[in-house]
Order: sequence, then structure tokens, then C-alpha cells
Amino acid sequence: MPTLHLTADEEAMLGGRDGGGVALAMRVIVGQARISDAPRLVEITSAHVDSCLYHGQVSLDFAHRLVDLGARVRVPTTLNVGSTDLIHPGLVRDHELAAAGRELMAAYVDLGCTPTFTCAPYQLPNRPALGEHIAWAESNAIVFANSVLGARTDRYGDFLDVCAAITGRAPYAGLQTPEARQGTVVFDCRPLGEFTDLVYPLLGHHIGSVVGAEIPVLLGIPADVGEDDLKALGAAAASAGGVALFHAVGVTPEAPTAIGGLPVRVVDLETLQRVRRELSSVASELDAVSIGTPHASYAECVRLSELVVGPPLKLPFYLSTGRATRERLAENGVLQVLEAAGVTVVVDTCTYVTAILSPTWKYVMTNSGKWAHYAPGNINVSAILGSLTECVASARAGHVVLDA
Amino acid sequence: MIIRGRTLHPGTATGTPIRLTAPLSFWGGTDNEGRIVDAHHPQCGALLTGRILLMESGRGSSSASSVLAEQIRARTAPAAIILSRPDPIIPLGALIAAELYGLNFPVVVAPYDAIPTDALVQVTDGTITW
Repeated sequence: MPTLHLTADEEAMLGGRDGGGVALAMRVIVGQARISDAPRLVEITSAHVDSCLYHGQVSLDFAHRLVDLGARVRVPTTLNVGSTDLIHPGLVRDHELAAAGRELMAAYVDLGCTPTFTCAPYQLPNRPALGEHIAWAESNAIVFANSVLGARTDRYGDFLDVCAAITGRAPYAGLQTPEARQGTVVFDCRPLGEFTDLVYPLLGHHIGSVVGAEIPVLLGIPADVGEDDLKALGAAAASAGGVALFHAVGVTPEAPTAIGGLPVRVVDLETLQRVRRELSSVASELDAVSIGTPHASYAECVRLSELVVGPPLKLPFYLSTGRATRERLAENGVLQVLEAAGVTVVVDTCTYVTAILSPTWKYVMTNSGKWAHYAPGNINVSAILGSLTECVASARAGHVVLDA
Repeated sequence: MIIRGRTLHPGTATGTPIRLTAPLSFWGGTDNEGRIVDAHHPQCGALLTGRILLMESGRGSSSASSVLAEQIRARTAPAAIILSRPDPIIPLGALIAAELYGLNFPVVVAPYDAIPTDALVQVTDGTITW
């Protein structure tokens, strides 16, 4: 086990030179570095903090402790979703949860974080570049930053994210190191043929379920695949398993060019049909539709706005997105189209992490593998997975409509 | 019997073990009362409170450390967690509970296959006895 070496500056932070808040944050970073067998810490260029989502009194106690000790973030720091929608506060039914959520979100802004409140910080400007060391929490943001951007972050839990932001350091371990980023198992996706949009969350869920601690290398992903599809794939893989990095040959920046010698698993349509049966309830009855997990990009919102023009939606339809995206949609008249069609736009939070959907709803359709994975446990609904067009067609029909 | 493992977070606890047959994320996988609520988990419905939890590793969400820290604060957490491979997110929850509340929740990495699930097991830092 290597001994952890700290620089004089880091020792001084640990010793209280920069105040009690920095010292507490450094104790957390050093504790994690020891657990991870890190030989040293690494300076980070940005942080994405997930600790602003309320999980009980401990969330507030920790944030208030840092504020009281005078801590401030020292690198640009974005915030993940919180437990309430600050722009549409009436959406959250549980007022106690909304109040606690708001208090927590405010505390993180007090620490100097930027109030982005999105789980898709990679949709914002100034995103990290290839090879940059960062400290991002939120499993879908981690897998996107590592895989698609080629920035380097390990899987960080709540609390560590903000401690990294306050100290500007992370343990030099795990995916911060080049040796841990090599692909170790190949998923041959070429038998899948044409990639419809639902293939990505299903494939992600499958990979997450079977990959264990390996780093997957995907073969056969179309070279012109968009970031939204890679987002859906990564998010599903990171919720079904601990996937924090994947490589897609010919697509992602660190993908290997030669894969000889690695074990190969073949993925065919039958595999994905089985995954769909696992993730998706068989029901005709439907109470609502929820899309935008992770937060819908501008392009996804525009696509939805094109689909919802026409016959009215009979069922409640929720779209979760970032507040920055919503602003852009409003400037370009897209938000007005969505709202006129009856779409409820949710920002700053997401429908499966807080109390937005009616507790009487049993069947909710989504295009997200991540939502389908977590919503049954979190908000006690049965999820039906469908493509975006199936979601819109179902909301129009008032019951589940699948293409095939 | 004694097993010596690696201490990821120090503390002492006594309880009966529960062995997970699949990895579990505390967030989305357990509720504030300490019960498994992940519908996809084979042991969905099991109560973890006060048990010595034997699990391979954590899974999925970064929020698992918050959920564990909150369960430690609310006294609905397991008594201790024994992992078969190191996972930073679980001991992070324990570290925060120690910093904020002075509660020391043991997290150990040890080969736990030999631990019987019907015995009273004691965990003292990295030492597991029954």
C-alpha cells in the first residue's frame, strides 16, 4: 500500500491554515485518498456537486457546517439537481421536502457554487477538455465526462465532490490515472444492425448489469452517434452498474484502435428485447409520461416540440431539463410551443427524485433507462420504456402505444 | 473464529449478518427506514437496520454516501458493513457521520464467505469475530 504524499500547501490546508472549512474538506479528501491507495492528490480544474440533493438532515448539517466554517469553493463548480424546482415552486407536492431542498440549494450557492441545478453539466459552456482532471459527482455526469469528453474523474460520492471543490484537490487514484482507463472487455454490438434511439438506454442497461468492475469497449456504435444517445447509454449503464467510463470504437476520444486479446461479449437484438422486458412493465393502462432523465438537451426539447404539435395530449406529460436550456427555449419560442401543448417543463430537479408526480399514478412511461431503473423504488410507479415517439403517441392515445 | 480485514472506517458493532446476493446502491436501493426497496434486487423488502451487512461492493449512484450517513444519524443504518472489495462511497458516508455526529460506523474489507449468517458477529475496526 503506497504512502500518501501531500505537498506543503496541502499539509497546510489540512493543518487549518485556510480555516476550519478547508481543514474539514481536506480531512475528507485525505481519508478518501488513503482508502483509494492514492500516492498523492491531483489538482482539479472544475467540480460538479451532487450533494445539493436533499437526503435528510445530514445533507443540511454538512452544508451548514461548511458555511459556518467559512468554506468557499476554489475551482469553478456547477450544481446538480436539487429536491425542488426553484422556478416552478408549486410543482413539488411535499412542502417540507421543497423547503429543505431550497435551504440546501441556497447553502451550496453560499459556498460559491454556480446555481446550474442540472444533472447534465456537459450541456453547459466551458466543459472540461480531453485529459483534464476534474471532480464530478452524479453517475451520469461522471460517465459522460470520462467517456465522451475524455476528462478524468473518478466516481465520487456526495460530500467528496464539494470537499474537492473547496480544496481544489482529488485523490490521484482510479480513473484519474491513465492505467485505470484502459478498456478490459469488448461488447460487440455489430449484430444490432440499425440503432434506433431506444437501443442506447437498453444497451447501457445491459452493459451496466453484466460488466462488474470491467471497463467496456463498445464495437459497432455508429460513427455519427449524437451526444444525446451517448448520454442515454451512459446514464443507463451507470445506474444499472458502476460504469464510470466506456469506450466506443471510432467515437470516443480514448477508445482503443486495436482490441485483440480482450474478452468479447456479443450483444444481439434478443439480448436487448430481454432487457426491455426486465425494465419495462407490460401494461396498456397509462397515467403520465416523463422524459428528460438525464436533463433533456436543447435539441431533444426542440424535437419534442415538433412531435407535440397536432392532436392534443390526453395525459400529463413532464419534461425535465436544465434552467439554462429552458431559458434558451423561451428565447426561441420553443418553450411556448411545449407549454401550449400541455407539456409541464420541470427544471432544477427531476421527476423521480422528488414529489412531483401524483401519488395515485401507477403507470408512467419514459424514454430513459435510468428513470425506468430508479422510479419504481423511488416514487412507487411501474415504468414503461418507450422511444420518444412512442411516449408522445401514448400520451395522445391515453394508453400505451408501442411501435412494435 | 477471527477474520482480520482492512479498516476503511473504524468503529465497533455487534449484530447478525445479512449477506447480499447482488450489489446494492443505498440511494434508490434502500429507504430511510433501512429497508431494501430496489424492485430489481433479489432481496427487496429485507430490513438492514442493525445487521452486519455483507456485500461485494456499492453500486450506481453517487448519493449512496448521503443516504448511508443519514441512516447512521437516524439510527436506521446497518450495524456495520463488510465489503469484499474496497468502495470509496460507502466509507465516505461513515466518515461524514463521524465528523458531524461523532458516530463511528465500521466499514471493513474482508473475505466474508466464512462468516455464518446465523451467528452473532462482532466487528472491532478491521477485526471480525464470532
